[in-house]
Amino acid sequence: MTGDRSINLGEAIREGLLQVSQKDNSIIHFAEGVDDPLSVFGTLKGFGEKIGHQRMIEMPVAENALTGVAIGAALSGKRPIISFQRVEFAMLALEQIANNAAKFSYVSNGQHNVPLVMRLIIGRGWGQGPEHSQSLECMFAQFPGLKVVMPSLPEDAKGMIIAAVTDNNPVLFIEHRWNHYAVGNVPKEYYSKDIAGPKKIRTGDAVTLVATSYMTLECLRVADALSSVGVSIDLFDLRVLRPLNLKPIVQSVKKTGKLLTVDTGYKKYGIGSEIVSSIVEIGFNFLKLAPIRMGLPDHPTPSSSSLIKNYYIDSIKILERLNTLVDLDRSVLEKVKIRIANERKDIPIDVPDPFFKGPF
Amino acid sequence: MATIMKLEYEKSIELYACMQRIRLVEEEISKRYVEQEMRCPVHLSIGQEAAAAGVCLALENRDKVFSTHRSHAHYLSKGGNLKKMLAEIYGKVTGCIGGRGGSMHIMDLDVNMVASIPIVGSCIPLAVGSALADSLDGQDNVSIAYLGDASVEEGVFYESANFAKLRDLPVLFVCENNLYSVYTHLHERQPDRPITSVAEAHGIPTFHCDGNNVEEVYRLAVNAIENARLKRGPSFLLLDTYRWLEHCGPNFDNHIGYRTEAEFRIWKNRDPVLLYQNNLLKRGIITEEDKVELKNKIQKEITVAFEFAKSSPYPEHSTARNHVYA
Repeated sequence: MTGDRSINLGEAIREGLLQVSQKDNSIIHFAEGVDDPLSVFGTLKGFGEKIGHQRMIEMPVAENALTGVAIGAALSGKRPIISFQRVEFAMLALEQIANNAAKFSYVSNGQHNVPLVMRLIIGRGWGQGPEHSQSLECMFAQFPGLKVVMPSLPEDAKGMIIAAVTDNNPVLFIEHRWNHYAVGNVPKEYYSKDIAGPKKIRTGDAVTLVATSYMTLECLRVADALSSVGVSIDLFDLRVLRPLNLKPIVQSVKKTGKLLTVDTGYKKYGIGSEIVSSIVEIGFNFLKLAPIRMGLPDHPTPSSSSLIKNYYIDSIKILERLNTLVDLDRSVLEKVKIRIANERKDIPIDVPDPFFKGPF
Repeated sequence: MATIMKLEYEKSIELYACMQRIRLVEEEISKRYVEQEMRCPVHLSIGQEAAAAGVCLALENRDKVFSTHRSHAHYLSKGGNLKKMLAEIYGKVTGCIGGRGGSMHIMDLDVNMVASIPIVGSCIPLAVGSALADSLDGQDNVSIAYLGDASVEEGVFYESANFAKLRDLPVLFVCENNLYSVYTHLHERQPDRPITSVAEAHGIPTFHCDGNNVEEVYRLAVNAIENARLKRGPSFLLLDTYRWLEHCGPNFDNHIGYRTEAEFRIWKNRDPVLLYQNNLLKRGIITEEDKVELKNKIQKEITVAFEFAKSSPYPEHSTARNHVYA
């Protein structure tokens, strides 16, 4: 039965993790503070009582070895899930991720598989600064053998975390902390969503907009504001960075002739770079205008709320770049801007925008 | 310390035969390497046979071995298939992993040689993870992490040792100290303290012996493995040994200047295979005829295995994309 209730993305992930953990005893959880009072932003709260404390493995502050331990356990029939409270800590485990998790199936000629999930939390805000607010998904997306998933909306998040856990490959599941607050209708029952590719969340023909993670929410605001003045766009939530499925995006660009990408990482060598170059290769003739990439500027994230004033991309900035592709009438553009500004009010840039709670 | 025990006659012969097989295989690889048909780096185990045989012959098939770039001896000691190993080094489809890893990635689940990883220290946490899975499932299998002296310079060793002891996991860290990391002596890399002290600092029991004395290695291994099986936690075994050939490749390299001929000769006089052979001859456990017969038998196996490897087909290049994902 489909439950008719709204929960946020963090709760959706918790529900998915709990349901799948109750179904399969081979699932074990690792985290620094796996069973502590906060339990990874609440996403593992109460798991010890429900599935047994012996399946909640407290992880010494030793990210590389414990990732290796999880891989070794995965080779021996377990389905480990490691939750990293900040993606930056996973860089200490890059050797195990890139050399072992990503390569075992390949190097062993298919004898081994590594059914491992690594939850990597990214985010921003409250002055967290250079080493607590990075989006490093591109680095992981480089490695064949890994799957890299970034859900934006609650219903996807639950279905995709279940899919990640039941997948026989190492899956990096990247959660933006601010997306945790996004609310949406989420079925109560156990269900799995294929790790298949982008999802079109708004339909139109003016432009193709491709977004990831928190930027999907900013883009949704733009799409809905534009729709209020009769301009409709194709908006994709990319969702899966690897394996990258660009077919629906190519189809869309064939229709719109215009492409804008917006993601949470650096613009340079970023997701947008991969999408734009692939689309140019595959569909150069479909393009009416040069595609545009939006991403973070080429410097680390500063802490001070003053220094980040122009650092992050928001709906207004997206609208302005998008307008260079769709060329709205000046008065119409102003109208859309005012609508967005009214929604945004004067919320500071370093806390989550309550508008993005949805429901979506 | 190890319990004093008299090795069974059969076990003695098994240890000797295993070491002799490793020696002769590695010598043949060394001899044929110049043909340039084995087109991958090889890190040969000549001089280190006792550390492999002494530990692996104390294991059962269900016990799991995780090895390094220098894995041939470990695989053969674990009961590995010589044909599959050579075919792997030759890059053939009949190799233990179909030519995907070459000499540095020898693995074969038939004998629970779970992985060989050529990045220093990288296999250590995998062995600990395998031990964690067995521990959670109540299995009494033992996992072996082979490591070299340089591995204890890696952070991942400390992280792994800490976790293994924290949970008293059934894992045995086997450190083959051959004194050199490529061309750099231990003294230039580590302070003057026993290597065992780094394991002891984690509360892990340590055992140390002449790694070229196969019976000593075997006795210590039996003891440590029994402890692990009885859920008494991990142990650390330090085995002093020496790599006769260059770090990577088929040649002697004493002339290039990082170590002396005199040092090499000291270790050559402690040849683990020859020492044990003489020991068994002296004790009358084998005769001169047995020795010759064994050697001939192994040589025959080697000849057949090389023929198999060389005559096996290469994998189709169109299969290079297979198995990226399970």
